[in-house]
Amino acid sequence: MNKAARLWAALAAPGAFWLLFFFAVPFYAVACVAFGSIDPIFRDAIPQWNPLHWSFSEFGAVFSSVTSGPLRGVFARTIVYVVSAMIMSFAIGFPVAYYLARHAGKRRMLLLLLIIAPFWVNYLMRMLAWVNLLSPSGLFSRFVGMFGIHYNWLDGSPITVILGLVYGYVPFLILPLYATLERLDWRLVEAARDLGATSRQAFRVVTVPMAKAGVAAAAVLIALPMFGDYYTNDLLSRSPKTEMLGNQIDYYINNSSQPQRGAILVIMLSTLLLIALSWYLRSTSKIGKERVR
Amino acid sequence: MTSVSTRRVKALPVIIWGYIIWSLVPVVIAVIYSFNDGRSRTVWKGFSFRWWFGDKYASVFHDPSMRHAIVNSLVLAVTTMLIVTPLGLALAIGSHRMKGKSAAAVQGMTSVPLITPEIVVGAALLLTFTRLFSGIPLGYPAQLLGNVTFSVSAVVVIVRARLVSIGSSFEEAARDLGATRFQALRFVLMPMLWPSIMASFVVVFATVIDDFVITSFLSAGVDSETVPLRIYSSVKGGATPALNALATLLVLTTFTALTIGVFGLSFWRKRHGETGGFKAALADLTRMGE
Repeated sequence: MNKAARLWAALAAPGAFWLLFFFAVPFYAVACVAFGSIDPIFRDAIPQWNPLHWSFSEFGAVFSSVTSGPLRGVFARTIVYVVSAMIMSFAIGFPVAYYLARHAGKRRMLLLLLIIAPFWVNYLMRMLAWVNLLSPSGLFSRFVGMFGIHYNWLDGSPITVILGLVYGYVPFLILPLYATLERLDWRLVEAARDLGATSRQAFRVVTVPMAKAGVAAAAVLIALPMFGDYYTNDLLSRSPKTEMLGNQIDYYINNSSQPQRGAILVIMLSTLLLIALSWYLRSTSKIGKERVR
Repeated sequence: MTSVSTRRVKALPVIIWGYIIWSLVPVVIAVIYSFNDGRSRTVWKGFSFRWWFGDKYASVFHDPSMRHAIVNSLVLAVTTMLIVTPLGLALAIGSHRMKGKSAAAVQGMTSVPLITPEIVVGAALLLTFTRLFSGIPLGYPAQLLGNVTFSVSAVVVIVRARLVSIGSSFEEAARDLGATRFQALRFVLMPMLWPSIMASFVVVFATVIDDFVITSFLSAGVDSETVPLRIYSSVKGGATPALNALATLLVLTTFTALTIGVFGLSFWRKRHGETGGFKAALADLTRMGE
């Protein structure tokens, strides 16, 4: 190793070792708890540090609960909630980002600031705001009550949870979408229009392929935390009727004496997300290749 | 055809203003209710500073547990920021210049935390601190380590973007003029990295003071309660508007940090003849450059 290489390695070393000890090792610890054993008296998890002695019986039990037991509903609900929230987030976020990038004109700076603002308002403050509005004596409940709608929004309502997720995560979608759309070469769209494409055709044939990678990245950016979310659900519902995967993990790791189940669910969540991510990476690398061609 | 597309463009301002109202008005209402004279967070009884400092026991400025949470939040955010910025800066420079397999490994490891949900990191660290590194007690020490771990990658992303835009020509010029590699790093590159260091400070401070998941998983009861944890645990109970005031204070703190950051960064850019100004500064802080 020459002198320069040593300097760079020495600079990277503290951070790299930090991540090794506090990021990579903890993942191993999760596996050791998940595939370890359970204390017969206290029911506490005993981690198995040697991978050769890992036992997969509890994992199998949880897995069969996912495929045909009580956990099936939790998994299905998680996927349905996240997918619906994603669709709604795009329905709201895409037009906003598109307008901001293309038609905002001289008001753009003001609009940009107003749209960035919720990004930096504490998530729990934004949930607190809605809990206040939706509680039976809250302004929103009283307002819709005037039209004869009496509904207990905060008592295990899936609509509230999904809308809460949309409200919580849409700012995190809009900014990367805006960054993508702003950087597109819109002259290509104009060229398509000049060559006789309708605006819809130009959108489909030119805009969509150019924006695809950035849009997919933005989608991943909000899908990942949504899959692990438990606090939105807890604050807006706290009912078993709307329980998601994150709530189960929170329960088993924090509030029960069965951290092994929690560890197994963490591994399942990570695997689920890894599959989604590898699909995303494959599709974006395909987009890259198409562009080269 | 044109009429259809103009109509569509005309519908867009309605959507954007609708979005802004929907995203901000609930928060504004929550802020207004912190000035409610009544005990309720939903029924307005007139304006007062009762829950800010008027009430000698239950207002934000007097309630000992709320003051405690504020101090905890500030200490955690500032210390995390001070540890993680140099750590991430060195990691970014080192991994940017390293070559070969070790470089790929280090870069891979730095990008994984960016795509890991916080609940996974929080759960993994909790299991680690209670079963493997049991010398690290839950509460502030664990919360500090957890937040540093989760923010390192953000600093690396910010600094790396700056390194890419600087390029290597300035350092090479310094080397040609006889500077050692370390001198070139210290006297040429470091001053040019200032904006990314400032941006890291602000982004890490704002992220950690707002953090809920990791801080909550690694907390040890009331002693290590931060403001977001306090909000979480009292939202559903019959908390008074003092809770709204506490949350407002949190938002104000984040916004102050960001305002300082945006103006500091655009001032630096102007003084050093860099283009972009205010908007570029904003982009630095919202990671829109990525």
